[in-house]
Amino acid sequence: MASENPMSQRNPAATSMSASLFEGSNRTIRSLADEDIAISVENLDLYYGDTQALKGITMQIPKQRVTAFIGPSGCGKSTLLRCFNRMNDLVDSCRIEGAINLHGANIYDRRTDVAELRRQVGMVFQKPNPFPKTIYENVAYGLRLQGVKNKRVLDEVVERSIKAVGLWEEVKDRLQSNAFGLSGGQQQRLVIARAIAIEPEVILLDEPTSALDPISTAKIEELIEELKEKYTILIVTHNMQQAARVSDYTAYMYLGEMVEYADTMHLFTNPREKATEDYITGRYG
Amino acid sequence: MENKRIGGHYSHRYDSELEEVVNRVLAMGGLVETQLTNALQAFMEGDTQVAQEVSENDARVNSFEVSIDERCVEILARRQPAAMDLRLIVAVIKTITDLERIGDLADAIARMAIRQAEGDRPRKQLFRDIETMGNRVITMLRDALDAFARMDAAAAVRVVRQDFAIDSDHEAILRQNVTFMMEDSRNIGRMLDITYAARALERVGDHARNMCEYTIYLVKGRDVRHIDLKEMEAIVEGSTSEEK
Repeated sequence: MASENPMSQRNPAATSMSASLFEGSNRTIRSLADEDIAISVENLDLYYGDTQALKGITMQIPKQRVTAFIGPSGCGKSTLLRCFNRMNDLVDSCRIEGAINLHGANIYDRRTDVAELRRQVGMVFQKPNPFPKTIYENVAYGLRLQGVKNKRVLDEVVERSIKAVGLWEEVKDRLQSNAFGLSGGQQQRLVIARAIAIEPEVILLDEPTSALDPISTAKIEELIEELKEKYTILIVTHNMQQAARVSDYTAYMYLGEMVEYADTMHLFTNPREKATEDYITGRYG
Repeated sequence: MENKRIGGHYSHRYDSELEEVVNRVLAMGGLVETQLTNALQAFMEGDTQVAQEVSENDARVNSFEVSIDERCVEILARRQPAAMDLRLIVAVIKTITDLERIGDLADAIARMAIRQAEGDRPRKQLFRDIETMGNRVITMLRDALDAFARMDAAAAVRVVRQDFAIDSDHEAILRQNVTFMMEDSRNIGRMLDITYAARALERVGDHARNMCEYTIYLVKGRDVRHIDLKEMEAIVEGSTSEEK
């Protein structure tokens, strides 16, 4: 290498290129203004009896992105998440004002078919909740509910869904075993496979890894990364670092209010609100 | 680039983020190397067009620095890297500062070439020593980048050694220039330019040495700045009593 004359080698390609700002940079700060919006929340208030749990939430949730909700216990993040597929309907004392628009229609409209809404907006909970059935039947369940009987179609969807969550190699030889025989992390991935088998548009994840060990957690996080290619994902997490790792946008909530909602990179490096900064840096507000 | 030291995270995305940062540092390094090569060529041959291009391209070097820093901040905020990954990010942030400085030095040499072209050209012979020194510096820079790319601490130490030859080139040119200036005071202007170019090249050598020190830190987890070469070699060979 020392024998050749490096000075005689001029690279014309490198010098003729025009000077552009931030060359090759894939811009890391996103803006909601550039996104397709999947869901828009308008001035949403939620009351449990006399207590107001959500106060005037307004936000736009971008399509095929991961949006994370963080905040201390009781801040309303899980309550808000459950609003997106009307799980709060099951709570007697719950009253909701305002609107959540999906495809331009308010899901709280009287004409909304709630079963159809929940097909479009799937949900995964903190503790894996497979049905007491075989692995195969867990995933096929939603389709059977829709009246699909064709074995070929069922087989195909079950395989595709289980493959999509990276579980296929682990369970392909025991599809007819009971799902409870799987580990917690496997069960959680199975539940996600069940959710995507019916082709939802939105997936709600309510602390999906808080009952899992770090390796299973890493697998679920990797899965979330892959799933956002097809689905809009909303995740509630107690783990701020998880929000930082997996999400594109992050909403910080406190006492039922949306304190700050921004691009994740922006929120974690230069939050607008002092309250957000105090929370993410672990300081007293 | 498939780098075994970087890969293997559960998150493939994390692997590719780190890999991308490394690749961008190498792309920036390649650009800086070209800039320096062209600046020296322009300086020696009085080619103002090449000099102009080098000067204009400095903005590209700067934007590389800004965008790589931005990526590193994002990885720190999102991934909370640990151990080797953390050292990689720290090494990258420091390496690109040195690369950017080398870019500035190339720019300064190019500007000098433009200024100098207005007067009459010094004798070709005067540039011979600068050319030799320049070749050495460019080789050192390239080897430093190579050691970083391969994350090879032993190679990094060998590159550090090259800096001694550069320092003595620098001294020799200075001594010679002083002689020329004393011989004929009309030489002073030109000789100052050459002195300045030699000084710039000597600084490039120091920056390349810094980059090697970051590579050693990255691989060995030991800070080898401000210690002599013997100690540095001992640390890299792992035969030091201070080993943790």
